[in-house]
Amino acid sequence: MTCHGGIHVSGSIVRLVLPLLIAFQATPSAQRPPTIAAAANLNFALTEIAKQFERKQGTRVEMVFGASGTLTRQIQDGAPFEMFLAADEEFPNQLSAAGLTRDAGVVYAVGRLAIFAPKGSPLVVDERLEGLSRLAKAGGVTRFAIANPDVAPYGRAAEAVLRKRGLWDVLRSKLVLGDSIAQAAQFAATGNAVGGLVAYSLVLSPGFPERGSYAVIPSADHPPLRQRMVLLTRAGAVASAFYAFVQGDAARAILRKDGFAVPE
Amino acid sequence: MDWTALRVSLALGAGTIVILLPFGIWLGHLLAVRHFRGKLLVEALVTVPLVLPPTVLGFYLLVTFGARSPLGQAFQTIVGQSLPFSFEGLLLASAIANIPFVVQPIQRGFEAIPNDVRDAAACCGLTPWERFVRIDVPLAWPSILTAAILTFAHTLGEFGVVLMVGGNLPGETRTLSVAIYDRMQAFDDRGAGIMAATLLVVAVATLMATTVLSRRVGQRRG
Repeated sequence: MTCHGGIHVSGSIVRLVLPLLIAFQATPSAQRPPTIAAAANLNFALTEIAKQFERKQGTRVEMVFGASGTLTRQIQDGAPFEMFLAADEEFPNQLSAAGLTRDAGVVYAVGRLAIFAPKGSPLVVDERLEGLSRLAKAGGVTRFAIANPDVAPYGRAAEAVLRKRGLWDVLRSKLVLGDSIAQAAQFAATGNAVGGLVAYSLVLSPGFPERGSYAVIPSADHPPLRQRMVLLTRAGAVASAFYAFVQGDAARAILRKDGFAVPE
Repeated sequence: MDWTALRVSLALGAGTIVILLPFGIWLGHLLAVRHFRGKLLVEALVTVPLVLPPTVLGFYLLVTFGARSPLGQAFQTIVGQSLPFSFEGLLLASAIANIPFVVQPIQRGFEAIPNDVRDAAACCGLTPWERFVRIDVPLAWPSILTAAILTFAHTLGEFGVVLMVGGNLPGETRTLSVAIYDRMQAFDDRGAGIMAATLLVVAVATLMATTVLSRRVGQRRG
């Protein structure tokens, strides 16, 4: 009797599993839209640009967001991206030096950093970080969010700003490091930190400003966040078209709206 | 709800079962009925994915099969695609990570069968293969099914290895658990919430199913 039941169950598992595998394999990789790797600060701007691109060109691109360093490592390890929009110049330059890109690429935007405090936070934000400094002296900073400087250019910029204001050593033990600038922004926006240094583009994203207050950091306070993009060696026609589209007027308008400076 | 991610997760769970179940039945049976030198080591190796952080597995897979390693380059030349950041690579990682979830329940299932039963079957003239197919496997069936369910559920919940070895490629390696992380970072709490609830329901259902099945095994044992 058990034997009977057993065979019946095994049959139904096969019936369940096989169609799944077949359905999955049914998407031929040649027809898949190209996958674009992008720095996390572009989470909203690039999604909007891709939507416009799809409307105008009728083709789609898939996007993967992460810290520039993490994405660079993945590209070096063979990740099948066709284009990479970094948050700095160093990571894409590394890739072109290694022969993994089509050419040296182009700077498509210059980013800004902002200090953000969620609603109900004791932190008063200002562009010179005086409020942060006061709060730190009073021992009121429990957690402060920045992106991990090792993998995220915006984290590196945040470190430079904190050092310039003499706050790096004071705050060091209080820092929570996001895997990417998006995660750092999430820590700050959800009130899990008294505030954070995040990408201005993320602060301007839909729904974000209602979560708290912010001040834009003067760009002179940190090395410029010149963001370079490159086509990778496996880039196809759609990726190339998208690369051109990001440099076009429509995309530049979106980037400007989202707080980026756009090179001429 | 990211349906593509759900599909990747389901395909990964199903694929892991397909790869691992025959191996698990073979090894589980071997460990249950035979005594051999080095058995202790084999049992430890089988259990090791349970206690190691997923990052260790991810590290070794990337170092071994990454585009910068000789083995990874050879693989790329022969197969035409790289193993990391592909569904196939994820399947390999998942199969390794799930070995204990398959082998252990199956081994216990085979161990629960009294040796008298096998001896009696041998007396009746059944060959070892016939005994395995007609006695062992049917009797241990609930354990085998438990192993399959546990593997499936564990695969759905896998996160660290998936992110490290698979990246976050939509339609290829973005599983439901990675999609939740991705949605969180995009401040899409609603999207993340729906997917989190889905996984929670699946996990509870799985554990309930496993409990029912293991009770059946327990009853037979008593």
